[in-house]
Amino acid sequence: MYSYLLPEFAIERNEERCIRCRVCERQCATDVHYYDAEPDKMFFHEEACVGCQRCAVFCPTNALFIRPHPAEYRPNSSWNREKLQDLKKQAETGGVILTGSGNDKPYRIYWDHLVLNASQVTNPSIDPLREPMELKTFLGRKPNTLEIEFNELNGSEVKIKSELYPNVSITTPIVFSAMSYGAISYQAYKSLAMAAKKFGTLFNTGEGGLPLNMRKEYGSSAIVQCASGRFGVDPEYLNAACAIEIKIGQGAKPGIGGHLPGEKVSENIAVTRMIPQGTDALSPAPQHDIYSIEDLSMLIYALKEATNYEKPVSVKIAAVHNVAAIASGIVRAGADIVAIDGLRGGTGAAPKAIRDNVGIPLELALAAVDKRLREEGIRNKCSILAAGGIRCSADVMKAIALGADAVYIGTAALVAMGCTLCQKCYTGKCTWGICTQDPYLSKRLNPEITSQRLANLLRGWSHEIKEMLGGMGINAIESLRGNREHLRGVELAEWELDVLGVKGAGE
Amino acid sequence: MNNLNVKFGLRNMFLDGVRPVSELVQHVNTNGSNAYIDALGLKHKELNDLLRETALKGVTSITVQNVFGQRYIGTRLYLPNLAKKMEIKIAPNPGNDLGAFLNGHRLIVYGNAQDGAGNTMDDGEIIIHGRAGDIVAMSMRGGKIFIRDNVGYRAAIHMKEYTGKVPALVIGGTAQDFFGEYMAGGRVILLGLNLSKNERHKAHYIGTGMHGGVIYLRGRVEEYQLGKEVGIRALDSHDWEIVGQYVSEFSSHFGFDPAEILQEKFQKLLPVSTRPYGKIYAY
Ligand code: SF4
Ligand code: SF4
Repeated sequence: MYSYLLPEFAIERNEERCIRCRVCERQCATDVHYYDAEPDKMFFHEEACVGCQRCAVFCPTNALFIRPHPAEYRPNSSWNREKLQDLKKQAETGGVILTGSGNDKPYRIYWDHLVLNASQVTNPSIDPLREPMELKTFLGRKPNTLEIEFNELNGSEVKIKSELYPNVSITTPIVFSAMSYGAISYQAYKSLAMAAKKFGTLFNTGEGGLPLNMRKEYGSSAIVQCASGRFGVDPEYLNAACAIEIKIGQGAKPGIGGHLPGEKVSENIAVTRMIPQGTDALSPAPQHDIYSIEDLSMLIYALKEATNYEKPVSVKIAAVHNVAAIASGIVRAGADIVAIDGLRGGTGAAPKAIRDNVGIPLELALAAVDKRLREEGIRNKCSILAAGGIRCSADVMKAIALGADAVYIGTAALVAMGCTLCQKCYTGKCTWGICTQDPYLSKRLNPEITSQRLANLLRGWSHEIKEMLGGMGINAIESLRGNREHLRGVELAEWELDVLGVKGAGE
Repeated sequence: MNNLNVKFGLRNMFLDGVRPVSELVQHVNTNGSNAYIDALGLKHKELNDLLRETALKGVTSITVQNVFGQRYIGTRLYLPNLAKKMEIKIAPNPGNDLGAFLNGHRLIVYGNAQDGAGNTMDDGEIIIHGRAGDIVAMSMRGGKIFIRDNVGYRAAIHMKEYTGKVPALVIGGTAQDFFGEYMAGGRVILLGLNLSKNERHKAHYIGTGMHGGVIYLRGRVEEYQLGKEVGIRALDSHDWEIVGQYVSEFSSHFGFDPAEILQEKFQKLLPVSTRPYGKIYAY
């Protein structure tokens, strides 16, 4: 515990309501609450509280109130409380400040400055409850033209003449983004896999391998990652999946690698990652066989060779300054999917300085990439997966209108599983049983139930998307893709509208 | 070419103009379980298509001649149902990523290999009668690689091992910088046979970030050539057993005298910690 820090959260326990059941004590992973039999009373160590709210929601009498600590230094908009506390932590340890989940700083959230269209009078809206509405999406390279051969006289034979590339079909344009077994618990990982399978979409293994016992059942719902550490990557793993993703970067920490600390490398994780138990799993910052677009191409085709050209290969990058040119290079290198992870993408652990300051907002990056690929006539060569800060179905719609084929959701899925964005994932003490390898905590998740919650989320969003599409008078998600006519900007400057490629509201 | 691209073309370096296997039959000559492939004029994918086809026909020994830079030889041979692993002889110069993700086959090169030989190799053997380029054995997790001469930069980077699956890399010559960087497991033996008396090994930053595995180094190396995450130890009897075994295997491939090689001084490089970066964070 640090010497001179204000507690982050204040705890209030209503003594009249408290029945001393000690639920809060058992639920807390940081030992905040404790019981003293002598006065028969509950006490707490406020400074250990991370504000996860687990105790508050489990308290049977609603006796607990956890709020941001009201103590304030003298108000100062430059040297605010967070800055001061971080300085003190570093003065004490000399360490790099770590954090979890996504960027929480007030950068402009463009989703909230984009509005969607609806039909009025001049074209009819569609009611998705009574009319077919297509959300099915295909991820992968598309041919330049589609040549169809059929015999008009006997009418039956319809054949596609053009050469097709491997594509993966998903029932809704929402995919679970990369979260590795190791960063999250087995239960959380399994929940994602089960929900993806149940709903007909995909989950992403991250860089932690795919447990052997899950390959047969969930391989066909898995995007497997090949990242700089090459953890858990062998030919069987690659061939078990439905798509492969080369991870170059991540929105929460562009340009840096990752360290899964040795204490989290338990026996099962070690086997799945194919490393010895207890050693740090170090993912280098770059992939050392990729120093250029040509090298990237070499790995893309190595993976295609290793899987007999049967699976689409995705390349995931963080949204950074020259993202459009980089994406063009990636497509030219042979990628079938380009995944772009924006400034607000989440993580299990990242240096705060990087999470909060490096990268650009997804909305701008996505629009720029889509525009560039169209201009170059190669947009059909890849699908675009947009990731980083997709919070609701409307964000999905807006992302698709800006050019995404589908979106990755990470944080939203975690919240569906119980996460409250306490940002302490890197401590391994997630009270919700998500970002932890402590069996006492991880067993709090029951994959049967949690996967149902995730599937419910996908169902709810998909329905909302259909409603919004219907309102626009569109009956297939295809027709919204890159269709900026259905977007208008509010309170945006000229340059922002320009990058997004949308008109201002009323124009 | 994509005739719809008005402003820019998209040239597919790998797939443009690839001919179907049916048009390439004259390149293959099969004789029972043996086959001969003439790689002259074949594109990367065409050669690998032929290798896979040939393997699926039950051929277990293939000689590939006139290889000039074709990549990924051995990569497309993930065939779990194959009764027997294959042996492929390659001459003279296979291209990048020779044996990438290799699944238990044996590749013998009579000539030099380029970059990425044994990249993320899973199992099998690669024997190179010549030199190899950069990042040899990157992330290799099983099997053996023997290289007669020198290797380029970042050899053995991030090799790893687990539960008894221990990869081995034996290099007859010397290596360039960042040798054994990030090593997490496996055994690497650097023999320096082509260095003259008292000549140092070439590499700097040897074992930077190393946190597992072991490097046995024959010949001279100065302390300043090593990364700060490695320590030097003397070999114990168990180490000599390991070194002896691999050196004799190496010698039998390339016709050296193992006793002569083993006469010279060896040093053992080990990581000082399995957690080199455990202490840099403030929680
Ligand atoms: S959970 Fe609520 S009622 Fe139970 S001991 Fe804690 S504060 Fe009291
Ligand atoms: S996953 Fe757990 S530790 Fe991470 S932010 Fe959510 S509740 Fe906190």
